[in-house]
Amino acid sequence: MPINKIVSSFDEAVADIEDGATIMVGGFGVVAGAPSLLLEAVARKGVKELTMVSNVCGFGKEVWKQLGFKFAEDPDILVRNGQLKKAIATAPVSAIYENNFERLLRAGKVELEMASQGSLAERIRAAKAGLGGIYTPVGIGTVLEEGKETKVIDGKKYILELPIKADFALIKAHKGDRWGNLVYRRTSRNFNAIMAGAATVTIAEVDEIVELGELDADVIHTPGPYVDRVVVRPKEIDDEDMEISDKAKESYEKFQKKGG
Amino acid sequence: MQEKQKLDRETIALRVAKEFQDGDVVNLGLGLPGLASNFVPSGREVLFQAEIGVLGFGELTAPGEGDYELVNASGQTVREQPGMSCFDHAESFVMIRGGHVDISVMGAFQVSEKGDLANYMVPERKIGTIGGAMDLAIGTKKLIVAMNHTTKDGQPRILKKCTYPITALNCVDLIVTDIAVMEVIEKGLLLREVAPGWTPEEVQQLTEPALIVDPDCQEITLM
Repeated sequence: MPINKIVSSFDEAVADIEDGATIMVGGFGVVAGAPSLLLEAVARKGVKELTMVSNVCGFGKEVWKQLGFKFAEDPDILVRNGQLKKAIATAPVSAIYENNFERLLRAGKVELEMASQGSLAERIRAAKAGLGGIYTPVGIGTVLEEGKETKVIDGKKYILELPIKADFALIKAHKGDRWGNLVYRRTSRNFNAIMAGAATVTIAEVDEIVELGELDADVIHTPGPYVDRVVVRPKEIDDEDMEISDKAKESYEKFQKKGG
Repeated sequence: MQEKQKLDRETIALRVAKEFQDGDVVNLGLGLPGLASNFVPSGREVLFQAEIGVLGFGELTAPGEGDYELVNASGQTVREQPGMSCFDHAESFVMIRGGHVDISVMGAFQVSEKGDLANYMVPERKIGTIGGAMDLAIGTKKLIVAMNHTTKDGQPRILKKCTYPITALNCVDLIVTDIAVMEVIEKGLLLREVAPGWTPEEVQQLTEPALIVDPDCQEITLM
């Protein structure tokens, strides 16, 4: 039977995510690289007590709407819906935004494990690569060394960082085919490409589904076996007008001035 | 007494950019360091790297004109240019941690005389953003800190020992502030340049550890 990893709806793509699951969410910070519609589907499903592994904990739809994004949901949707038990992240808050995650963390409603970005990437890759961990010099003498095993190799001290494996990886790619082969666009490859295959089930949200063979063998970023499901974004969506809060307007202006 | 003039953000960035040599791979942090991309000395070819996974990108686009699938680590849209390459996050940090980035420029809250860096969290906030700072601090060949010499209320930010949470130990190579340029050397901090109108003694008064004044200490020049 021909392989076919394409599923027809976002709700179907996330149907087996259960309470207490660990999910990886691809992207860096800018919503363009985030699996927005998969996140919306997880929000609709309403599963709770999730552990989320992602670079950021989200800035919220309002800010991205102002920048003209139609698909504007980022990890904030799971934060503000109270679906998270814990986040593992490198940039849970921003210097210019005040996000929902910070509010919930202060209220003791969510836990945080801080990570450095390079170590987070490599820990995810270690899970995908079947490694028992990695030794990194990053974090020596900092809060990230606390409670971790260290080892001196060739006179230099390293921290043992353990792999991070998830039940589900929700990623965003540009194009995909029925085998699950993926390509990403520009800076949207980021964590998406390394999370593919680091979870029991990897679900890719793509801009476009192409015929097998259309993606050149030399340019496929993620070979099919790392991917379990592919679901395509609709070309058009109801882009309802929404009220933008003053806080979001202010954040947007700061972002335009100096980046976030 | 009239307060002495300090360098503004653009001028600090201009002084930082003077460090960029032909062919250098340079990573610029959020805020002031990012301005340095506008001031690469003419005739020099420098490749900018951003931890999101891009190398060799061009200048910032005008707001609203860019492609949000081509952004720097601050999430600002940048221009595509010939030779540019994109890659995933593991590759990006192989480049950073593995010593393939020549210069990293970051802001800081505090720097110690040993070159310890504190720049990810203000203790009162109890939550910070590590991002790629720890990896960059450890991995890049030369770490330049660009910051104001003192806090808003005039307290030194260059200290014997950092009191804020540490990003990395013994990692800073050069500190460029609004009144001085200092190199971190084995014995301490070498004061190499002072802002116009400032004397080494005046810089010392705003610095906690004792500075070693370079016999050739001179006024900051930008070219």
